[in-house]
Parts: sequence; C-alpha cells; structure tokens
Amino acid sequence: MLDADFFRRWMTATAEAVDREAERLTALDSPIGDADHGSNLQRGFAAVRAALEKEAPDTPGAVLILAGRQLISKVGGASGPLYGTLLRRTGKALGDAAEVSEEQLAEALRAGVSGVMTLGGAAPGDKTMVDALVPAVDALGDGFAAARAAAEEGAVATTPLLARKGRASYLGERSIGHQDPGATSSALLIAALVEAAAAEA
Amino acid sequence: MGGDKSSEDKTVGIVLVSHSAEVAASVAEMAKGLAGGAAGVPVATAGGQEGGGLGTSAELVRAAAASVDRGAGVAVLTDLGSAVLTVKTLLAEGDELPDNTRLLDAPFVEGAVAAVVTAAAGADLDAVEAAATEAYGYRKV
Repeated sequence: MLDADFFRRWMTATAEAVDREAERLTALDSPIGDADHGSNLQRGFAAVRAALEKEAPDTPGAVLILAGRQLISKVGGASGPLYGTLLRRTGKALGDAAEVSEEQLAEALRAGVSGVMTLGGAAPGDKTMVDALVPAVDALGDGFAAARAAAEEGAVATTPLLARKGRASYLGERSIGHQDPGATSSALLIAALVEAAAAEA
Repeated sequence: MGGDKSSEDKTVGIVLVSHSAEVAASVAEMAKGLAGGAAGVPVATAGGQEGGGLGTSAELVRAAAASVDRGAGVAVLTDLGSAVLTVKTLLAEGDELPDNTRLLDAPFVEGAVAAVVTAAAGADLDAVEAAATEAYGYRKV
C-alpha cells in the first residue's frame, strides 16, 4: 500500500529530476517552444516541495492536491495548469484514504490524464505530454518500472510527430524531428514513481 | 437575472489576461477609450508573470477578477496558451474566481472592445459574452 510518505517522496523525486534535467528540458523547448520549460517546472516543483514541508498533508490525495495547486499558481506557463490539473485530479480521485493500492493509483492517474486531455484538447499523437502519460498509465498494471519504460518510449516516439497543440503547432512541419519537452518531463514524473518506491524498500 | 435587484444597476466586470503586462494594459486603455463613456465599467488586467516577464500568473488572474466583481458577473478575455489554460483551470476549481465568472471565446483585442462597450451600456453578462464572441465574425478581407 502507498501512504502519504510515498506520495511526498514521489513529488520530491520529481523535483530533483526536474532540477537535474532542467537544462535539457529547456534545450528541447528551444527549437519548438519558448525555451522556458525547464525553468518553469523547476520553479513549480520547488514551490511544491516548500508547500509539502510547510503544510505536511497526511493523505495521498491531499499531497497531490496541494502539489497541483502550487503548480497552477507558480509555474506561469502552460505546463502549470496542465501538470496542476494532472496532480489535482489524480489527488481528488484518490479521495481521503490514508493508504491506496497501486491499482487505485493507476485508476486515479487515468482520471488525471483524462483531465489533462480535456483541458488542453490534446489526444495521443498530437506531440504532447499525453504521448508519455497515456502509455504510462496503460502499463501501470505491470508495475512502476513498466510505466517508466512506457513513458520514456512514448516521449522518444514524439520526435517524428507533427505538433498539433500549443506553440509548437505554429511551426507545422518544422516541429517534426524534435522530441516534445512536455512528454519528456512527463516521463520524469513517471520515472520518479520508481524512485519513490525504491526509497521505501 | 430573474428580477434580482442586485444585478439591475450593477456593471459586468471585465478581466483581460495576456502573456504581456503591456499588451493587457494597452488593450484595456484602448477598449475604454473606444467605448467613450466607459468610466463606470470595471476593467482589470492580469498581464505577464508576477515578477515581470512573459507568461500567466494565476495569482494576478484571481486578484483581477476579485477587483472587478460588482455582483453582475465577470467576463474574462485571454490571449493564448497558458492564459487560456490558467483561466480554465481556475474556473474548474470552483472557488478560485468570483461567482458567475466566465471565460469568453473571443478575439482578445476586438473582443475586449466589444465587451467593454456592451458592459458600459449596462448589458448583462450574457449580452457582453454575445457581443465579444460576435467579434470573431467580423471579417477583414
């Protein structure tokens, strides 16, 4: 079972991964975006860590809802409301249980991803974070490591795609050949689940 | 408005959300200028990020919407990307923006002019929304 500590570790591991990969995310965002994805997410997840330390939410749902709120408030780019909606919807779907199963997390994340798709109007294949998140959620039944592999494959598979959403879509065919920064950061979020689980053992 | 006296003599508030503080402020100034007697229309802007720089601040959007709420509803116009997504996310939250706040599906500049002019005439939120949305129908070529 996964408790609030597991979800705190997940958010902390994501913040560390974003710090580690910020330059790469911003570099990916330079040719097809506005070169701020790494710094925006760094700012957002730094606020998430600070809020989790200060408010110490005690259920999995409360951890994710608080994290989502911080991202919406602090990021300043489109990734704020998108990641904020992902975490908040997932958190709401988890309810106020003190512990949740991996199956419940998978189901809740599916609700979160669905919220992201509704908000951004993106479908799989549009070269967005959805291209990493949907395969990750589909693979979660086989464990966190399988979800991480699926998310990373999904992110890499955005490279040949034509962007259909966001600023990159203005580039049309010139968006082809670049890996999507949002799908890449989504793969970091999913990979952090493995770290959070490993820290427990 | 169901004959509710509270909305009879109250003006719809307008919020302009742009990635750029300068764009939001200029469009507000232009809309009020073109509306003539729009002195009574509460217009607030949420431009750029809180510390300056291009982007969208949820905090600035919340503050702007609260500042123009006179009880007759708040109409929000945005430019693109994170401005749209931030407002939609705050609306989905339920308690982040004043009751009866609406994101208008309208072009930013033309929609702002139409919204301010219509609100200045004492119209309700539905009429303000209709006028701003109609601005999409004005073809230039």
